[in-house]
Amino acid sequence: MAGERRAAGRAGPERRTALGVLRFAARRLAFAVVSVAAVVVITFLLVHAAPGEPMLGTPERTLVPPETIARQRALFGLGRPLAEQFVRYAGNLARGELGESFVLHRPVADVLRDALPNTLLLGGTALVVSLLLGVAVGALQAARHRSRTDSVLGAAALVLYSVPVFWLGLLLLLVFGERLHWLPMGGMTTPGGDAGLSWPRHALDVARHLVLPAASLALVQAAAVARFQRSALLECLGAEYVRAARAKGLSERAVLLRHALRGALAPTLTLAGLSVPYFLAGSVLVESIFGWPGLGRVTYDAIFARDYNVITAVALVSGILVAVGNLLADVAVAVADPRVRLDR
Amino acid sequence: MSPWRAAARRFRRNRPAVAGAAVVIALALAAALGPLVTPDPLAQPDPVRLQDQPPSAAHLLGTDPYSRDVLSRTLHGARVSLLVGVGAALLAVTLGAGVGLAAGLGGRRTDELLMRGVDVALALPRIILLLVIFAVWEQAPAGAVVVLIAATGWFQTSRIVRAVVLSLREADFVAAARALGARRPGIVRRHLLPHVAAPVIVSASLDVGNIILLEAGLSYLGLGVRPPTPTWGNMIMDGKDVLFSAPWVALAPGCALVLTVLAFNLAGDGLRDALDPRVAA
Repeated sequence: MAGERRAAGRAGPERRTALGVLRFAARRLAFAVVSVAAVVVITFLLVHAAPGEPMLGTPERTLVPPETIARQRALFGLGRPLAEQFVRYAGNLARGELGESFVLHRPVADVLRDALPNTLLLGGTALVVSLLLGVAVGALQAARHRSRTDSVLGAAALVLYSVPVFWLGLLLLLVFGERLHWLPMGGMTTPGGDAGLSWPRHALDVARHLVLPAASLALVQAAAVARFQRSALLECLGAEYVRAARAKGLSERAVLLRHALRGALAPTLTLAGLSVPYFLAGSVLVESIFGWPGLGRVTYDAIFARDYNVITAVALVSGILVAVGNLLADVAVAVADPRVRLDR
Repeated sequence: MSPWRAAARRFRRNRPAVAGAAVVIALALAAALGPLVTPDPLAQPDPVRLQDQPPSAAHLLGTDPYSRDVLSRTLHGARVSLLVGVGAALLAVTLGAGVGLAAGLGGRRTDELLMRGVDVALALPRIILLLVIFAVWEQAPAGAVVVLIAATGWFQTSRIVRAVVLSLREADFVAAARALGARRPGIVRRHLLPHVAAPVIVSASLDVGNIILLEAGLSYLGLGVRPPTPTWGNMIMDGKDVLFSAPWVALAPGCALVLTVLAFNLAGDGLRDALDPRVAA
């Protein structure tokens, strides 16, 4: 394997040096910046293309004090020509000024700062669990290809893949929260018990609250990973380098774990990077069910309240997170897989 | 035997796929005919005494918090899910195939421009953008849901179609047709489109399930197709508030969703295996 990798490096169009990987990363970073800029422009245009003028809808007029609306309209230059509004909007963004939440009566930037870490904890946990579970199930299926185990796991994965994540969340809440009382029904900590707890107990408390929302998100995604991982592995198991490893006399277990799995891991890493939008959208649907105080809950409340500044800011933050996810996946794949060409 | 008939035979031998296709047909019939015999899904016969009734002979799946019949709303909801799912998937692959053909057959600059655009579009958070659109566009008609889901869902198909066209453009049988004096539109229609059709059909059929889930997620948030029109998503939203006291309100539309999406995925997997024997596992 090591010899193969060196040979690929020499023969490749660009030597696989640290500098090469860095150059590749820089190009992908430029692409990420372009896609974030696209999100900014598209969100701006969408909000302005929609019928009705922003911040003058019925809910705003009845619920928000007129001074707040006047202040926000001045901040964003509403009523001015579109180009001028965009320049103002971009300038505000550059200064980190995202406007004020109509419902929470706080700067949007503060709301996001409080909510984002909780969503990263939930989404990160779900991402890791879905990868571990999905890769393990997919590998087991590929190893026992066409066996009973394979078909049972395959059927289970297909059913889970067809379940709406918010409905799964409601089911888990109903069964494990309400009927069995195994796990807390919602929130991030036990109310009132927060102040006096030492940190390990606090961490355990948060972890218990994390189980159900993270499981809702992770199970559905694990099904997608398993389906993907199984077919990627089956493809690798037929590849020449795997046949070579077999011919060397390695055990089937070593062939699978050390050689085939390695080749199949790169597309799975890409899938993980691409799944960031799924976890973001999933958190909008799931956090509100479990009262998890994250970005998704903020978005959910903002949608129902037409909290305009929050909605656009969330779109922007999502665009950034998605771009970062793609970037990390690209770089991880380039580092892990010697077959990736760096000059593209 | 023509490749299409061979594919049909492979599909028929795949029992899960046939079962999926049968369920899809049954669902389409239920959605079309069921509402003719069930009560009005909007009727609130007695909002006080008949709310959240458990399943009974009068209401086979019970009633919801507004005393509406859950079975009849579930059948009506099937119409929205199936129409949006199938309609948006067809529109999306048509767009994707058009752009893919244009990129594959057009000049280098056209190709470069289109595919760079697709690269950026694929990197955008689709669902979040749809949330923003429907959150600001409160009175969006049902047609807009179909169009916008399709307009944000054709990028992958265009890449696949372009790759097929590029690989075939220089193929021997195309060169032979050209040498025999065939014109370009004829070559595209007779030689390229049949090869493009298989991956397009596969990606459309695998898309339907995802689009149905996407629409359900949107209407669960009260976006897209709006209440009081029953959709499985907004029925689950109604059921969420009475989850512990009247779980059937959320269970019925949820089970309908899982069954429908599962049926489309089974049929889609079967079509993929039948039309592309190389990847059949």
